[in-house]
Order: sequence, then C-alpha cells, then structure tokens
Amino acid sequence: MWLTKPFQERSTQIFLGVLFAALAVVTVLHLTMPKDSALYVSSYTVTLLGKYLCYALLAVAVDLVWGYLGILSLGHGAFFALGGYAMGMYLMRQIGDRGVYGDPILPDFMVFLNWQELPWYWHGFDMAWFAFIMVLLAPGLLALVFGFLAFRSRVTGVYLSIITQALTFALMLAFFRNEMGFGGNNGLTDFKDILGFDLRTNATRLGLFIASGIALAIGYVICRAIVTSKLGRVSVACRDAEARTRFLGYRVERVQLFVFVISAMLAGVAGALYVPQVGIINPSEFSPLFSIEIVVWVALGGRATLYGAVIGALLVNYAKTVFTGVMPDAWLFALGGLFVLVTVFLPKGIAGLLSKRKKADRRDDSDDKDASGAAQEATA
Amino acid sequence: MGIIRWLSQLLLVWFLFAPGLVSAQVEDSEAQQLLTQLAESSFAAKKDVINQIAGSGDERARGWLEAFAANKLGRIESSGDFIIVLKNRGRNWTVASALTGENLGELSRRDIDTIRVNNSLRNELEGILSVIDLKSPDKGKRLSAARALKGSVDGSLAERLPELIEAEESGSVQAALTEALAIYQVEELGDVAAVAVLSGSLNSEARAALQQATRSDDPQLVSAAKIALKSIEQKLKLNRAAETLYFGLSLGSVLVLAAIGLAITFGVMGVINMAHGELIMLGAYTTWGMQQLLPGQPGLALILSIPAGFLVAAMAGIAIERSVIQHLKGRPLETLLATFGISLILQQLVRTVISPLNRTVVTPDWMSGSVMINEALSLTLNRMYVIGFALVVFAGLMLIMRKTRLGLEVRAVTQNRAMARSMGIRATRVDILTFGLGSGVAGLAGVALSQITNVGPNLGQSYIIDSFMVVVFGGVGNLWGTLLAGLSLGTINQLLEPWAGAVLAKIMVLVLIILFIQKRPRGLFPQKGRAAEG
Repeated sequence: MWLTKPFQERSTQIFLGVLFAALAVVTVLHLTMPKDSALYVSSYTVTLLGKYLCYALLAVAVDLVWGYLGILSLGHGAFFALGGYAMGMYLMRQIGDRGVYGDPILPDFMVFLNWQELPWYWHGFDMAWFAFIMVLLAPGLLALVFGFLAFRSRVTGVYLSIITQALTFALMLAFFRNEMGFGGNNGLTDFKDILGFDLRTNATRLGLFIASGIALAIGYVICRAIVTSKLGRVSVACRDAEARTRFLGYRVERVQLFVFVISAMLAGVAGALYVPQVGIINPSEFSPLFSIEIVVWVALGGRATLYGAVIGALLVNYAKTVFTGVMPDAWLFALGGLFVLVTVFLPKGIAGLLSKRKKADRRDDSDDKDASGAAQEATA
Repeated sequence: MGIIRWLSQLLLVWFLFAPGLVSAQVEDSEAQQLLTQLAESSFAAKKDVINQIAGSGDERARGWLEAFAANKLGRIESSGDFIIVLKNRGRNWTVASALTGENLGELSRRDIDTIRVNNSLRNELEGILSVIDLKSPDKGKRLSAARALKGSVDGSLAERLPELIEAEESGSVQAALTEALAIYQVEELGDVAAVAVLSGSLNSEARAALQQATRSDDPQLVSAAKIALKSIEQKLKLNRAAETLYFGLSLGSVLVLAAIGLAITFGVMGVINMAHGELIMLGAYTTWGMQQLLPGQPGLALILSIPAGFLVAAMAGIAIERSVIQHLKGRPLETLLATFGISLILQQLVRTVISPLNRTVVTPDWMSGSVMINEALSLTLNRMYVIGFALVVFAGLMLIMRKTRLGLEVRAVTQNRAMARSMGIRATRVDILTFGLGSGVAGLAGVALSQITNVGPNLGQSYIIDSFMVVVFGGVGNLWGTLLAGLSLGTINQLLEPWAGAVLAKIMVLVLIILFIQKRPRGLFPQKGRAAEG
C-alpha cells in the first residue's frame, strides 16, 4: 500500500529514528536533569527547538513543490502565516474575558478599535476543532484558487516565482490594515491557553515541542508517500519535462495543483504549531524576505531529498539565533552570502555532499541533476 | 554730451526719490508718537491706532504690525526706545530698533516690555496686514494678498474694497479682489448678483459661501447658488481628473524608470536580477554622496550625479554579472536566489557603512515648488522633472537598442547565442555591456527617485516587486510594453486610490496583474517569432 511504502525505505527509517531519538533525549533531559546541570535543557531551549521543528516542516513543504515539482514558490510564507493566523484566532478567542479590556467576546484590539461585534469570519474560532480545520482549509483554499489560475494558464518558472512573491506581498499589505480585523500591525498576541492548558507552563511548552516533532514526522511521511507513489513520479516528470509529460497524456496542471495544495496545507500546520510557541503572529510572516529565506534553507540542505530541507532549516535557523545574538548586523551579510555560495558552489546542498559517496557505486541515479535548468529549457 | 546726459538723469533720479527720503525722516517723530499711543492706550483704543499706523503709508508699518501681532513689538524699559524682538528664546532676546531696523544685539528679557495684544486685535491685524500688501508696488505680492483675502473679508474691508478694485491695474488681482468681495456679499448679505461672480470659481471659500447660500430663506438666492455650485462641481471634477492623471503619470514614470533597466536585464537578456532594486538604491545614494561632496550646490550635484549614478550602478551591476550571474547561466531560479542574496548584502552594507536611517537629499530650488494652473490644481515641479527624465531615459534606451551596433548585437545574442558568436560577435562582451547598461539605468532611476522619496537602505526593496510586475505586465523583452505598462499601472493605482485607500489600491493592482497574467501569460505585448522561443 502506498502509505506504508515510505516506512520500508532506509532513508525514512533513519530520519524517523533520528527525529524520535532527538525528541526523546530532549524530553528526558528537560524532565529529569537538575536545573544547574550542564545537560539540562531549559524550557526556553525546548521552545526554540520546537520553533525550529516548525520551520523544518515548512521547509519540507517547500521542498515538496520545489524539489519534486520544479515550482519555486517565493510565497510559502503566506500559507505558513495563514495557518498561524487561524491558530492565533483560536488562541485569541480562548483568552475570553481575561484580556486587558475584559470583553468576553471581542479580542482586545477590536475593543480598542471600537468595534461593536465580532466580524463574521471570526465566528467559530472559539471551537478548537473548527480552528484546526481552518488551519488546513485557509492555506489550502488559497493555494487551490491561486494554483488553479496559475497552472491552468501554464504560468511556470520564474514568472510563477515572481507572482507568488507578489501574492505574499499583497497579503502582507492587506494584513497590515486594521480594517482587515486581524490586529493590523501588531497582529495577534497575548495568548493565554490552548485546549485548556496554560501556554506559559513548561509542560505545555514541552507538549507543543513534541507535537511539532510528530507533525514533522507525519508531514515527512506524507511527502515521502507522495514522492514515492506514481503521482510522485509524474510530478518529477512535470519538473523535468513539463511539455513532454503533457504530451504523454498526463494532466500536468492537476498534478501540480494537488501537490501545491498539499504543500500549502503542510505549511499551514507548521504555522499553526509555530504561533503558540512564539506567542505572536503578525503580518511580518508574510514578508517576501521570510518566504525567500525558506527557499535558502531548502537550497542549503539540498533539494529533492526532504531530509535535506530539514537539515537546512535547522542549520540556518540555528545560525540565525547565534548570529542575531552575537552580532546582529552581520546576519544579513551571512544570509546573503549563503544565498550566493550555495547557489554557485553547492547546487545540490548538504544532502548532495552526503550522497556523493553513495553516487560512486550507483551511477544510474541521475534524475535530479540540473533539474530546474532542464525544466526551464523544456518549458520556456 | 554723454556725461551731461548722465548727470541730468542722475538729477532726475534725485528729485524723484528725495521727497521720499525726507518724508521717511520726518515721520520718525510721528512714528514714535504712534507707537507710544499703541503701547499706552487700552485694547479698544489700540484698534484705532493700528488703523492709523496702517494708513500712514510708512514702509516700516508692516514690520511693526507683524511684530505686534506676534507679541514681538516692545520697548526698552529704561530708554523707552521701540524695538522689534528678533529672537525670543531663552533668557536674552535678540532685538532690533523698530525705527531704524538696526540690530541692537541681545538684551535681557526683563528689560523689555512687550506691547500687549489680544485675539480680537490679532484678527483686526490680519485684515489690515492683507490690505497693506494690496498697496504694495509688487504685483505678485498684491495677487497673493488678494487671494488670501477670500473668505476673510469683513464689513469694514468690504466698504473699502470697491475703491481698491477700481484703483487696481492688474486684471488678475482685480478678479481675485472681486471674488473676495463677492464671497463676502453672498455670505453676509445674501446678494444674488454676487452669486454670478462666484459661479466659475474654484476657491474653497467661494464654495463654502455658496453652500451656505443654498440653505438660506431667499428662494431666488438658493436656486442661483445651486446652479453656480453645479458648474463649480463640474469644473472641480475636471480638475480632479487632471490631477489624478498627473499623479498617475508621475507614479507611472517612476515605475517606468525603476523597471526599464530590468526590462533590459530581465526582458532582453533573460537574467533575473533581484538586486536591481539595490542598484536603484546605489544611484540614490550616489546623489546623496555628490551633495555631500559639493555642499551648498545641490543643483550642480544633482546634475553631476546623473552620470555618476549611472557609472556607480553600472560598475556594481557588472561586478555582479562577472562574479555570480555568469556562473549560473541557464539556471534562472538559482540566479534569482543568488542575486537576492546580493541584494541583502548590499542593503546591509549601506546600513553598516552609511547609516540605517534615511538620508536627506536636497531638492535644488529650480526643482522645488509647483506650477499653479488654477486654485484647485497645482502641479509639483519635481514630479514634472521626473516625468520628463523618464521619457528622456526611455528615448535614449530605445535609440541604443534600435540604432547602435550594441543594440543590434544584444538582440542577436539573445535570439541565438551560438549563431551570433559564429558571426564574430563577442557574446561575453555583449553580456557585460548589456548588463552594465541595464544596471546603469537603474542608477539613473535612483537619482530621480532621490528627489521624490526617502533615500534609505530599503529604497530598492520597495520597488523590486513593482518593477518585475511592470516588466511582466508589459511583456518581457519589449521596451514599449514596459513604458505603457508602467504608465498605465501608475494611473490605475491613482484612480483606485481615492475610493479604496493607498494600501488597498496597491493590493488591487497586484491582484489585477496576477489575474491578467492568467489571461495573457506573456504580457501586454508578447514577443513574436524567433525571440519568443528563446
């Protein structure tokens, strides 16, 4: 069966093994070690790691469309942020009358703006199940509509990248507006609890960290299942020779649309888990810079490997945390340099370095060499 | 002969001016007396004194009254000399003699008695000051004074206005005065005849007066005012449309400037340069740097920064092309990422080397100010220059691409690189020159932008998405398409703005473009033939 296929793969087994081992180690160290021990993992670190795991899931989502479908999305931050906003709205409603203004229904910023009643799209978000469905639906729907329009008219390559960037840019501008009813500039924050658990306690933070890890594992398996299925084969074909695939009788735009929507939903889930851990969601998540940063995580880790995306996301974000702590001015230099160096000298990323040795004995594996270049030539 | 003529002329001049000199001298005692009266009488009596001063015809009267209104006319406690306070900050005030204008240096605040003024006096003064200007020999001064009168005419002034109108030589001043009087007549007296005077007026006070008139009890006045308002509305609408069009064209020309370089590098060469916005930024910073090098001569610096901005950006562009882009040929997505990295580095470089804050670039005198077409419509000069500059740059690029050998070679290389090379064209050299040209034009855009927006590290970022949209919308590889797309996007944006707000208008334009590309993926003017197959 297609869903069990990934578990028979060596790479998936290793990935899941490492991931769960890491989750277990962090949990055990956090719970059992005394606070002054060198091995103690503080709850700050737990939350930080949880954040990284969300980014990793986001990177996997981007790798799915970029690595296996050849679509360089510069707007995946938008799906991430939409999922985050859906979760943020739920958390906002959970605050209830504990807000600064003590209004039982309206969130603080609405009271502040003198709004009398809840906008229609805020209804239902007091129920967890509804909010969690919206975490999937909101980014999924946007991806569906956008993808339908784009793929139907065969917008590909650089054009698609620029349009996705424009999409997230437009959404950022929109969410900055107070009239949108999503808290404008400040976004949604001041969350109190999730599913009845207090967000400020260490136990909840640990729970969110583990949930992020499990979400990453599930997302990875789903992506693996897709790329190893027949559909995955077709999508790789679309990537490498779109016109040829179409002439072979495949409905290219349907494959693209399906994979794109799945990827957007995964990004939404990542955003939803990210928000309770950082405690805020604001329009800056829509910024084109964030979306393009995700791409560089994937590029660094290595495209079309999925685990490479995870490695890239963890490495870059760890570097970011270190840099912004030690010398904040240097971070953009480092990030910019990373863009240039990776694309010029390391086109296959870290995963490419890892699998070089394997390549020596298995020379038949040549499908991802200069993938997007070939795709470009075929479609331009 | 010549000398005699010269002497006689001199004599004539002497006779003409001597009485003036004498009268000014004589009035000093009178002036002293007037000022003393002003200082010592009650608020009610001061009103008359003010009018006397204004009517004295003394050329210093205006200075006194202005100082008085601003609480800056006073006398030195010990000597009783009248002074005008030039600077009243701190403990010691800088003062000048009210009679001779001589600067008396600093005096302790305590030694000065300012002559007290109240609000009703200030109102009176305002009216009087405007009338003083109406008698000025300078026509421009009279005109602006007459325009300022609209809506602020009161009963006493209204009585004097007809004779002033009579005495006025200039037609435009006369018209302005007549209108000012008519506003008063409509507003206060409900004069139906005066409504006709206002019917074509674009002045907001005139409109307010007419609107008030529509609520009056006199049916004749109401109907006349309504008709007049209607014609005003129509005229205003036209003016507003003209203004929107102007703003649209100006925004559009900015977009064209920002995008036209991209139309060369992206459109013609097919290279995605995400650092294009930062090249624009470099051009803007070059202007700033030039002005730092040539302090006090912003105009000269601006003109010099046109070639300088071009060179700086072109050099930076060529450096980018040589160091990164040439290694990524045929991999557009990687080029996009790498150049984006470069844009981050350039931004941060400016932040660390210069400053994260915006720099001020001075607008030279001949570019500031505006051309007033009528009272509802005035066009700012700097935007007009930018529109002109954009058109000149566009024409220049068009000439280069169409009429020079470089243009021919560029087109040859982009259409068929291998064939062009076999014909003896040095493709690498063409690449460098073309990329340099496109980048240099970005620098020119930066020079122009420095005159209308803030020069800061984020300058380029805010234009990059718009620029790509313009190029894609216009049709990649088509300079005319870029021009038309830029101008029309700018105008559409400005048209949407009034009823959607600035941000929403921008969003709507973006969505519009996204939808448009669904319909015509290759833009307004798609390339045809060989070039399209790339």
